[in-house]
Amino acid sequence: MSGKKLVIENITKTFLEKKGGKSTVALRDFSLEIADGEFVCLVGPSGCGKTTLLKLVAGLEQASSGSICLDGKPVSGPGPDRGLVFQDFALFPWRDVTANVAFGPEVLGVPPEERLRTARQCIDLVGLSGSGHKYPSELSGGMKQRAAIARALANNPKVLLMDEPFGSLDAQTRSQMQNELLRIWQDNKKAVVFVTHSVEEAVYLSNRVVVMTGSPGTVKRIYNVGLPYPRSRADGVFISLREEITGCLSEQCS
Amino acid sequence: MSIQLWIPNIFRGEDTRPLRLISILLFLLIWEGAALLANLPQLFPTPIAVVTALGQLLVSPGPPGVEWAGELMGNTLISLWRVIVGFSLAAVTGVLLGIIIGWWRNARDLIEPVVELLRPIPPLAWIPLAMLWFGLGFKPAVFLIWLGAFFPIVLNTVLGMESTPHKLTEVARTLGAGPWQVLFKVGVPSAAPSIMAGLRIGIGIGWMCLVAAELTGSNSGLGYMIMYYYSTMEAAKTVAGMLMIGIVGFLMFIGLKKLEDRILFWKAA
Repeated sequence: MSGKKLVIENITKTFLEKKGGKSTVALRDFSLEIADGEFVCLVGPSGCGKTTLLKLVAGLEQASSGSICLDGKPVSGPGPDRGLVFQDFALFPWRDVTANVAFGPEVLGVPPEERLRTARQCIDLVGLSGSGHKYPSELSGGMKQRAAIARALANNPKVLLMDEPFGSLDAQTRSQMQNELLRIWQDNKKAVVFVTHSVEEAVYLSNRVVVMTGSPGTVKRIYNVGLPYPRSRADGVFISLREEITGCLSEQCS
Repeated sequence: MSIQLWIPNIFRGEDTRPLRLISILLFLLIWEGAALLANLPQLFPTPIAVVTALGQLLVSPGPPGVEWAGELMGNTLISLWRVIVGFSLAAVTGVLLGIIIGWWRNARDLIEPVVELLRPIPPLAWIPLAMLWFGLGFKPAVFLIWLGAFFPIVLNTVLGMESTPHKLTEVARTLGAGPWQVLFKVGVPSAAPSIMAGLRIGIGIGWMCLVAAELTGSNSGLGYMIMYYYSTMEAAKTVAGMLMIGIVGFLMFIGLKKLEDRILFWKAA
């Protein structure tokens, strides 16, 4: 891990409600630095602005104040240097897996042969080899999420943004996908910002766990998870850290 | 008290064809019986008289320009050509306008009031004006088909474009797609099922408008043909023409459905 990849500084995001002109503060004074190759998880109560933060970093929303810099350059809109993965996959149902994965290179003007090669590499990487010709409606939840991850990786982004990507998967598929994601991350060494509801998932996956407060969202506390990979959920340190973070979430810490 | 009580065993299988065949045979039988009872061959022809009329219409010379095709097929060709031209115009203009209205809010506010103003006027109410503007024959018929098919195509395209999932446009933008790429690579394909439904409804209404236009404002085509044999009191030939109108409408519907299944193969799977 070397250098600051993503620097989020004093971000405030206010939404203006359509009716009555009332405004809600989704995020207040949120700051976070993420190192190159670092895996960071965000946990917090529902509506604490985790998703809003990811959308700001992705460039889909504009911050009301504060700045987001990637490699020292301010983020001003969506771009292929940041890959986003949604909980509900958001695959294009009219494209097969290969064409879904090749979408990024395609809109960026990469020649057909090259983007097919890229797509095939990413499909192999996420363990979907041989399923490239399948359409999303033919895939299971886990396979859909693999395809969505492959699609985000196809642009070779500097940062992978994941919004509760395993939230809709069954427990078994979920733990399988967690291990797959760790393998992919260790192969690629990209920075990952991962939003989750599950403290256990956060402790299992990340280098650091950022606990957020409820609305308006801001950083409550950051935990370093020093455990080596692969981690064991039965490990004593793992369990005590999980309990500590769970406690922090329910406001027993400062 | 189920219907199975009196339906013989052989009709209870997976195969629904025997019962469906019986339905049609029964209809023909009742028709034949009713026509014989009424005993008004000029006004209420029997099925057999209609088949005979069909045979006569197949061999009698066609309308000017398509004499070689025979009266029935010649008029069918003329009607088909009108519907193809009118419907194609409606498909192109309707889908284009629908995409524009459904994608840009400003365009919507600018154009939609006019569409909503004109839409409730039944296409048939345009027939007098169509005849004033275009005279008789090809042009007013094409105009009416276009008019009839246009609105359902626009409305369904708008519906499809508006319901493009927000997540899909967002994910496309994060992958680097520009505004036009989002429109053509996400918006339009995502609206395709709705557009196809609009085309299917449009061709049905267009076919209806064509027949209406030919009844009044034309001297050729299937609509004209059945109206002509009304004036000569040859009901059997009128019914034969009606049958043809039904068959062509059905075939067009099936054709479009096949096209739809081919384009939207990703939906079924």
